[in-house]
Amino acid sequence: MVTAVTSFGRSGTSDWLVQRVSGVILLAYFLFIGSNLIGGVDYIAWKALFAHTWVKVFSLMALLSLAAHAWIGIWVVLTDYLTERLMGAKGNVLRVALQLLVMVTIFVYVVWGVQILWGY
Amino acid sequence: MLKVSIYRYNPEVDDKPYMQDFDFDTQGKDLMVLDVLEQLKSQDTTITYRRSCREGVCGSDGLNMNGKNGLACITPLSATVKGNKLVLRPLPGLPVIRDLIVDMSMFYAQYEKVQPYLQNNSPAPAIERLQSPEDRAKLDGLYECILCACCSTSCPSFWWNPDRFIGPAGLLQSYRFLADSRDTATEERLAKLDDPFSVFRCHGIQNCVNVCPKGLNPTRAIGHIRNMLLSRAT
Ligand code: SF4
Ligand code: SF4
Ligand code: FES
Repeated sequence: MVTAVTSFGRSGTSDWLVQRVSGVILLAYFLFIGSNLIGGVDYIAWKALFAHTWVKVFSLMALLSLAAHAWIGIWVVLTDYLTERLMGAKGNVLRVALQLLVMVTIFVYVVWGVQILWGY
Repeated sequence: MLKVSIYRYNPEVDDKPYMQDFDFDTQGKDLMVLDVLEQLKSQDTTITYRRSCREGVCGSDGLNMNGKNGLACITPLSATVKGNKLVLRPLPGLPVIRDLIVDMSMFYAQYEKVQPYLQNNSPAPAIERLQSPEDRAKLDGLYECILCACCSTSCPSFWWNPDRFIGPAGLLQSYRFLADSRDTATEERLAKLDDPFSVFRCHGIQNCVNVCPKGLNPTRAIGHIRNMLLSRAT
């Protein structure tokens, strides 16, 4: 068994499942937003839409899905290419630094998103 | 004249690898790639490669021929030569020992990880452990693997993580024992595969299926393992 403490769920099975489920949620959310945008919206209609609690909850679900989806996806890419095997010791430094950067970025977006959804 | 270009590297004399070109007269015959190599070797005895059975059984002459992995002994020129050119390189992704010979240690280390032998802790019956024809049929498409490494060395996930991703060949063998009705170590086997690398680095690119000289389908076996892991975990 290969250990990997920075992966999302620390289990390949769990990461795989989260990746698929979050993908479906994101697809549903973008279809929902798309169907609302397609006829054109004004500020009043857009604000009225987001006044519904279920729209906020759905948006939050999509936001968290995006965060998980992005982390799992980027983690896989980083552990494929930025490794000691391919780049020597500096691969480890670069990988961990980028992992931190991505983690902080995702965290900021989640907090900011929550603020937007419930703040206005 | 067929233009044959061979990857040459002898670490004892060469600073770095180079390609050596030969003109080869096929005399109009559709030879196997291994026949070409054997004839060239009779001219230049320093050309080095592995071979044994010369009939697609032993798995020792896996090569990269015009960019595609396969067994030199059962690949006819007509199946690989494009524009009258044949480029022969060692299997990609593994360290080269000399010319077309690669160091398979990492490949075997992954094979070893899946414990490729039957495990059954119930008392052995007097004669043999029986298996129904239906259960035996589940091993078809799995047991035929000759460990030539053509699949794993064509898999990008194995190139990047040969120490952590088991690779198509090892996983096909893993499933061969997971699917065996006589094996009782299923749970222990699955527990060892649950991490994010061993199985889940497979992204279904199917390069492995594309090159297997025995026509096996590692991607399908990997899918079965994934389903077993999912039903165990949910
Ligand atoms: S699955 Fe096919 S390509 Fe892979 S090692 Fe076995 S025989 Fe060779
Ligand atoms: S399907 Fe999976 S194992 Fe086969 S080549 Fe692609 S990533 Fe590798
Ligand atoms: S020499 Fe045995 S498989 Fe080609």
